[in-house]
Amino acid sequence: MAVPKEIKKINDTLWELPISYKSGMLVPARIYATEMLLSEMDEGVFDQVSNVATLPGILGYSFCMPDGHWGYGFPIGGMAAFDPNKGVISPGGIGFDVNCGMRLIRTDLSYDEIKPHLSSLVDRLFQRVPTGVGSTGFVRLSQDEFRQVSEQGSQWCLRHGYGTEEDLDRTEEHGCTPGADSSKISSRAVERGYKQIGTLGSGNHYLEIQVVKEENIFDRGLAETFGITFPNQVVLMFHCGSRGFGHQVATDYLALFLKAMEKYRLAIRDRELACAPFHSKEGQDYFAAMKCAINMSYANRQVIMHRIREVFSDVFHRDPFDLGLHQLYDVSHNTAKLERHEIDGKIREVLIHRKGATRAFPPGHPELPNIYRATGQPVIIGGSMETGSYLLTGVESGKQTFYTTAHGSGRTMSRHKARKLFQGKKLIQEMAERGIYIRAASFSGLAEEAGKAYKDIDSVVQASEMAGISRRVVRFVPVGNIKG
Amino acid sequence: MPYEYLDDIAIADVAFRAEGSSLEEVFREAVDATMNTMVENLTDIAQKKTRQVSLSSESIDMLLFALLQELIFFKDAEQLLLRVYTLSITRDGDTYRLSCTLSGEKIDPIRHNLIVDVKAVTLYKFSVEQSHHGYRATVVLDV
Repeated sequence: MAVPKEIKKINDTLWELPISYKSGMLVPARIYATEMLLSEMDEGVFDQVSNVATLPGILGYSFCMPDGHWGYGFPIGGMAAFDPNKGVISPGGIGFDVNCGMRLIRTDLSYDEIKPHLSSLVDRLFQRVPTGVGSTGFVRLSQDEFRQVSEQGSQWCLRHGYGTEEDLDRTEEHGCTPGADSSKISSRAVERGYKQIGTLGSGNHYLEIQVVKEENIFDRGLAETFGITFPNQVVLMFHCGSRGFGHQVATDYLALFLKAMEKYRLAIRDRELACAPFHSKEGQDYFAAMKCAINMSYANRQVIMHRIREVFSDVFHRDPFDLGLHQLYDVSHNTAKLERHEIDGKIREVLIHRKGATRAFPPGHPELPNIYRATGQPVIIGGSMETGSYLLTGVESGKQTFYTTAHGSGRTMSRHKARKLFQGKKLIQEMAERGIYIRAASFSGLAEEAGKAYKDIDSVVQASEMAGISRRVVRFVPVGNIKG
Repeated sequence: MPYEYLDDIAIADVAFRAEGSSLEEVFREAVDATMNTMVENLTDIAQKKTRQVSLSSESIDMLLFALLQELIFFKDAEQLLLRVYTLSITRDGDTYRLSCTLSGEKIDPIRHNLIVDVKAVTLYKFSVEQSHHGYRATVVLDV
């Protein structure tokens, strides 16, 4: 167990490392977890969450969510808010995979209706949504067009026939974060990314067909408002981000920031935690470049959803909207944004970093689309390919974490170890026996994604609810999956 | 063993340690370890295309960092899997200079047993240091 002896229990789901824990901490670090989840956290969590607490301009606390584990700079599950005038921006607080996120699509189809077509659906999705090492996307763009996509995000997709206004309305930031400037991205980043729009990636990225079982509905009223309205309803969920493009943007600016830190007299505790004052030229250039990666990722998920609609239309010979394939929501779990929050009774603009952490706005929040204004923001949290995933909602008590909650389950075992213990082909067979049909680009890659290599998603989500930072609405179980 | 994957760090990603009796050898092994994260059998990569790389840095670890980043770039920008064909490292005052010919071929999902996509080389615990037998590199890759 790596839990430091200095940790203080605030309550059953909240723990604090005081400022005295590490020299230079400006605020305490707060970790949201049950005692069990806390005991499973690696030492990197405590080291990194306390490093983040030393960053200039940090407000309140350095936070870690219940699914926290070691990351680069910030822990995965890390969140920190900064004063935009005095604070810093750090690529380590956003992640290499900028705007990695989740999209959830509801349908009017039941499991009984799709069961005879399940293998056909999964096979076609596998053919038509590129996955795996070196995959290239189905949207053919020149490098100049790619730069336009990076500035316009889902707006570009709407204009080119890849979606509806409703899709954008049900995406964070309406699928396009303003202020993206493609002159701030390197030609190398464009070269890496311009062929990747319309690709899922590999590793823990996936596209799943999932089912709502009656016993997994936690709040029927909320579920209905979200479009989950009958037993054994089929939904689709997928997880992907900005691919090589986002990674290159992060890498480029990490190198730039390492050089800039001396100029701004910022101490380098951890090279992956390199940062720059938010209002410096370097900080603003990175913000504008990072927004390009955010927008590219929105566009990536938008075109993939379009492809999903095409596949369902092909298989059922009906218009996808007749099949009820409406987007429920799209969330980002690797991002930085300017948001307005109440601090000490005053509404202030703050710069929020969320790295492996999901925004969870409460009911009534002005940034929510009208359809969700009364319910709170849908929150989509993915588990392993064998277990399940969740739809939750934001709650008012989430104010304690600047309306932030967990994002997934986190690993318990290295990829290398998982490949030694599990075999991809055997996993496929075992999952088929349990009613999950899966197509994977790599058997070895699939072995790395075995359910036993991941933490228990139910524990993470329950801890989030107990802590009052989000509330469970529905649990989904996988029946079909494609992986890179 | 020229390189080995490490289970105790970076469980969410891939970490390896590469060894060599010379800088050129440890760099070559680190390139192979990076490629082997993505492809089951390196011998399946035929030598059909080459790419020339010239890099310089004031630190040897950042020189390796830059070389591994080139591999990731070629993988995404040109869908190439590459290994070292020739590599030399020279010292010019305070600067290390690397000249390298990488050779390989386009990714073929049928012939290449692909594993997982390497998205970035990270600076987490990244080091190139002298060891008993020459040099050792520790690298964590984001996958």
